[in-house]
Amino acid sequence: MSLNIIVLAKQVPDTRNVGKDAMKEDGTINRAVLPAIFNPEDLNALEQALKLKDMYPGSRITILTMGPGRAAEIVREGLYRGADGGIVLSDRAFAGSDTLATSYALSAAVRKIGDYDIIIGGRQAIDGDTAQVGPQIAEKLGLPQVTYAEEILSAEDGKVVVRRRIESGVETVKAPMPLVITVNGSADACRPRNAKALQKYKYAAAPSEIAADEERKAFIAARPYLSIGEWSAAHVEADLGQCGLAGSPTKVKAIENVVFTAKEARRLDNDDSQLEQLIKELIANHTIG
Amino acid sequence: MAKENNIIVYCEFEDGKVADVSLELLTKGRQLADKLGVRLEAVVAGDHLDKIEDQIFPYGVDTIYKAEDSRLYPYTSLPHSSLLINLFREIKPQIAFMGATSIGRDLGPRVSSCLHSGLTADCTSLEIGDHTDPKTGKSYENLLYQIRPAFGGNIVATIVNPDCRPQMATVREGVMKREVRDSNYKGEIVDLDVNKYVRPEDFCVEIIDRHVEKSKVNLKGSPIVVAGGYGVGSKENFDLLYQLAETLGAEVGASRAAVDAGWADHDRQIGQTGVTVRPKLYIACGISGQIQHIAGMQESSIIISVNSDPEAPINTIADYVITGRIEDVLPKLIKYYKKNSK
Repeated sequence: MSLNIIVLAKQVPDTRNVGKDAMKEDGTINRAVLPAIFNPEDLNALEQALKLKDMYPGSRITILTMGPGRAAEIVREGLYRGADGGIVLSDRAFAGSDTLATSYALSAAVRKIGDYDIIIGGRQAIDGDTAQVGPQIAEKLGLPQVTYAEEILSAEDGKVVVRRRIESGVETVKAPMPLVITVNGSADACRPRNAKALQKYKYAAAPSEIAADEERKAFIAARPYLSIGEWSAAHVEADLGQCGLAGSPTKVKAIENVVFTAKEARRLDNDDSQLEQLIKELIANHTIG
Repeated sequence: MAKENNIIVYCEFEDGKVADVSLELLTKGRQLADKLGVRLEAVVAGDHLDKIEDQIFPYGVDTIYKAEDSRLYPYTSLPHSSLLINLFREIKPQIAFMGATSIGRDLGPRVSSCLHSGLTADCTSLEIGDHTDPKTGKSYENLLYQIRPAFGGNIVATIVNPDCRPQMATVREGVMKREVRDSNYKGEIVDLDVNKYVRPEDFCVEIIDRHVEKSKVNLKGSPIVVAGGYGVGSKENFDLLYQLAETLGAEVGASRAAVDAGWADHDRQIGQTGVTVRPKLYIACGISGQIQHIAGMQESSIIISVNSDPEAPINTIADYVITGRIEDVLPKLIKYYKKNSK
């Protein structure tokens, strides 16, 4: 039995290592210097999808990403690792979306794709860390959800068996398809790019990336598998009132940079008498002992 | 008092014990309810709930909604979502809180999506305040300020939900303080007829196996924490942290980088995506001081930083900075503690 799998993936700034060079003099972040990466847990999700494809040959994996046109990079990365196709959902109308408006837009795109057994994505994206979009898509599509998944054990007879990581434990659940699964970072890492797939898909592009390149357009027109879908709000018949800022119940009132009040520290070296003195003081003031 | 427009907390429990995070949220909820002049309510769903109110009322809870049904324990997404969605439609709370746990972060988004109410995840502070929409000029009184780190912890955002109710937020365990209001406080209990709220088809996900172990790590309750970061350098060096912790009667914590490196288990992680601690003494070993980490330990009374880099960012918030290698400094601390303590 083969499956139709949609992998939800997001291109995110790499917020994990915001080094000194990424901080501007006024203390704000210079986002331009942060590399745009495939959201880490979305890669864990892609790996689970690829494992299902290994288990159930003939399964088809479609990458769905929402973002600006350059997010086609995420689809290509997915293709290099074994996905079969992809769509970039891109429209100015989506700008300023909170998690609810984002899940509305993505659920409209999933409806447009239509044929799916499993929708799978990372638990959360590192630029927001909310973990909300997966369950919200499930609700909007009226589907069950399994969050914090660590491994999909099987997908047979209309049901998936999934092991999930919960606080200080694990749980194995059986849930009916179609459904939404979000994958935890403790799941297996994604396999690397496949050399053959890289050769095959390196010229894959979304229309807006090659708008001015007639030669490339003709090249891709002759090879439909290289065409990355690019859908607008109108394409997915989204109600604009539910998109972007208008569709977002949460509003950002204020943003502040994080500044910690610096203390005047006492400085010690790796020196026996200094360290012994410190220990004596901490014992004397009942901090330790 | 009105039945509508109150503050409600979804209470989780395991083994008959209400989760700490839920009690912390009740404490915060009570403060905000006093400020707004509304009732504090709690909802609890599961099995064997007969005496659960004894743990909840002392936090100043005016109403407990109880949904008792063996099918509601252990937690699964759809029945608990339906229960809250239909209950919230009925009692129209203005604010709803849940723990930022694997349950709350599974349930909250689903409920907020159905009710089209805003939800802010992992808040670190919750306040009541006014708001004027910068575009329309419309002003709002007494909104919930949902304050949370964003962008990997490098900024802090204040979020409001001006028009949609309930205003929903999740908070991680340990972020809010827990405080009993009055051990004799008594409110009313409302038993919910589960079948009125939950559909039979909601029970489509079956739990076929479940292993939950009580965490042996008690970071939150430990007066002394010895924490290690990537600068510790190796699993062998990390063992020195355990030795120091054992000597001092401390618990061992870790930064995300040290957990990612495999030197410490995930339940030892301190910081925005881990536990928040406020010990008497925090000894940071080889921790550079990413904002995400500092957010989870900056309220420690005394901070000692042991780092070979004298310019490590964490040193700016430390009370004592020891410049040196972990493998040199820690054995000396152990030695001099043993020598000087009784």
